[in-house]
Amino acid sequence: MNGPQDLGGQMGFGPVNPEKDEPYFHAAWEKRALGLTLAAGAIGHWNIDESRHARESLHPADYYSSSYYEIWTKALEILLKRHGFVTDAELKDAHSLGKGTEPKRTLKAENVASVLAKGGPCDRPVEVAPRFQVGDHVKTRNFNPETHTRLPRYARGKMGIVEAMRGGFVLPDSNAHGEGENPQYVYTVVFKADEIWGEGADPTLTVSIDAWESYLELA
Amino acid sequence: MAARVRALETILTEKGLVDPKAIDAIVETYETKVGPRNGARVVAKAWVDPEFNAWLKRDATAAIGSLSYSGRQGEHMQAVFNTDETHNLVVCTLCSCYPWSVLGLPPVWYKSPPYRSRAVIDPRGVLAEFDLVLPEATSIRVWDSTAELRYLVIPLRPEGTDGWNEEQLAELVTRDSMIGTGLARVPEVA
Repeated sequence: MNGPQDLGGQMGFGPVNPEKDEPYFHAAWEKRALGLTLAAGAIGHWNIDESRHARESLHPADYYSSSYYEIWTKALEILLKRHGFVTDAELKDAHSLGKGTEPKRTLKAENVASVLAKGGPCDRPVEVAPRFQVGDHVKTRNFNPETHTRLPRYARGKMGIVEAMRGGFVLPDSNAHGEGENPQYVYTVVFKADEIWGEGADPTLTVSIDAWESYLELA
Repeated sequence: MAARVRALETILTEKGLVDPKAIDAIVETYETKVGPRNGARVVAKAWVDPEFNAWLKRDATAAIGSLSYSGRQGEHMQAVFNTDETHNLVVCTLCSCYPWSVLGLPPVWYKSPPYRSRAVIDPRGVLAEFDLVLPEATSIRVWDSTAELRYLVIPLRPEGTDGWNEEQLAELVTRDSMIGTGLARVPEVA
């Protein structure tokens, strides 16, 4: 979706302002927000693509005025409600008011190390041969779905070159919406800056994205 | 927001959906165990060990995994090597994708609109805000982490470090040098 998350090339946000010797967390609640997001994700009722889509579906004004842990927390509330684990009344009351969805599993403290060490690989076998080869000239598709996609707006309808084939991966565009993993090959596609930004582009700059096969056509 | 997060934790704990001790363990992992020192060791080893360097180029996930750095947000790693001609810079314009297994949790600026919006269109302007000015002839390659590959920049080994061991070299490798918003530190002349 053309949501607030799709930031490449947007203007007006000001300087980066890196913080010197930045701490891992800026408040105690951020620690709990991180842990809650990961522990609730481990229940297994939604995937990372649905999480990302919940975050980018926040109203743009809300997204841009929230810190990242705030974005995570707001999206987590949405996911928990959507999947029947909590209700608005409970969030208002700050207590459980009864049983919700039965979780597939929960994350115990003693399993945290092994679960984090395992991660969530999302490479998958793809039965057919890759459609593109390294060196192919390709054009990214120009589409504007209202649903989740990982093709940024700045890289739509652009000519690039396939630099690498990375193997098969879960397709976020369907996985975010409960429509299956539909794995496809992912390619690193590199663009010259002037193809993307046109006049005044930095002549020394190239930009690459990692694109699922259905984002591309032969140029 | 503190009250809102506390409420959420209370509700989920009362329902038996999360274990507060599991949250403690997650936080402790990223405060004390998984951080940019992991990546610094990868870079230092790549500088001194040509075989490891070649492995890192070929299969970064396996090479990094051989140092026991693996797992969440490091499942599919790709190492990109700076050269005299090309400087690499990593961003996630769409969210906050970052190689947790080698760099830990991302800094706030990495996840924020100014960096995410500008890294792909004005990387030199962004780098200047990190006090990094590259020669005009240096090419810049920006890697937008739009899929599940996580990128680790291997900075150039600083001059004047001949004969240094991995441990000494790792001290020169900053977090920012592995994102591309910095270079490895130059050793102070004794």
